[in-house]
Amino acid sequence: MANFLVWVVWLGAAFGCLVSALAVVSFRNPFYSALALIGNLASLAVLFLLLSGEFVAAGQVLVYGGAVMVMFLFVIAYLGDKSEESPWSGGPSWLIVGAVLAGGAILAEVIVVVSLKAGNFLSSPQPVTRSFGSPAALGRLFLTDHLLAFEVTSIVLLVAAVGGVVLGSHARQGEDPTEVHART
Amino acid sequence: MRGPDIQWYVILSAILFSVGALGVMLRRSPLIILLSVEIMLNSANLLLIAFSRLHGREDGQIFAISVMAVAASEVVVGLGMIVAMGRRNVELDVDKLRTLRG
Repeated sequence: MANFLVWVVWLGAAFGCLVSALAVVSFRNPFYSALALIGNLASLAVLFLLLSGEFVAAGQVLVYGGAVMVMFLFVIAYLGDKSEESPWSGGPSWLIVGAVLAGGAILAEVIVVVSLKAGNFLSSPQPVTRSFGSPAALGRLFLTDHLLAFEVTSIVLLVAAVGGVVLGSHARQGEDPTEVHART
Repeated sequence: MRGPDIQWYVILSAILFSVGALGVMLRRSPLIILLSVEIMLNSANLLLIAFSRLHGREDGQIFAISVMAVAASEVVVGLGMIVAMGRRNVELDVDKLRTLRG
């Protein structure tokens, strides 16, 4: 019975993931696309929970669903209505056909490889303890085995923050493009 | 482990990745392209966490958290550039952006 319930939750989350991803790609208005991405992130957080990644699921909702998406929606609202008349890319039609073929090739490769080679291997996960994926376990790993990744991540975030400030301040000066050249 | 095997997560992640890749390749608006890149990064995250569960080690989750930090940085820089474009009244269309010169 519990197994059946897990399957139901998984199917719901996977369906939500796929539908919202397709909605992100196909909506004309970027505002609706960003709202659909919030649904995508939330259903991915459910899948992370099923894989016993509690801390990552919470981080997904907080960082992505909260911070990043608020920033996206704010920028889209700031730029105003950017609904497109022809949202799909221009160029000759063979370019579009090539893009669809390339996307399908990734999909087909992964599915063929999974079904041919790794079927048995993938259906026997290692047993885990109750503390798997808890904040305490992840924090211990971050400060012991993966200390370098932790520090590098903080530098990346710092550089990104500086970059955001620089880009924003340049744009503020540049309301008249000739003025920027005169000043710099 | 109850519920579906890891291979179903792998297949779902492949589908999500190709949907995101199609969005990057087929759309004009840089905003939608950024959103599609987020979908691709998240499908990679799903795969990392699925394999972390398969092997019973948390290293994949550590990697996933690092990927989230990188994605947040990427969004900051990308949105900064889009806002700069919007303030200069450049049309938001990647087909028409051919030079980087301000």
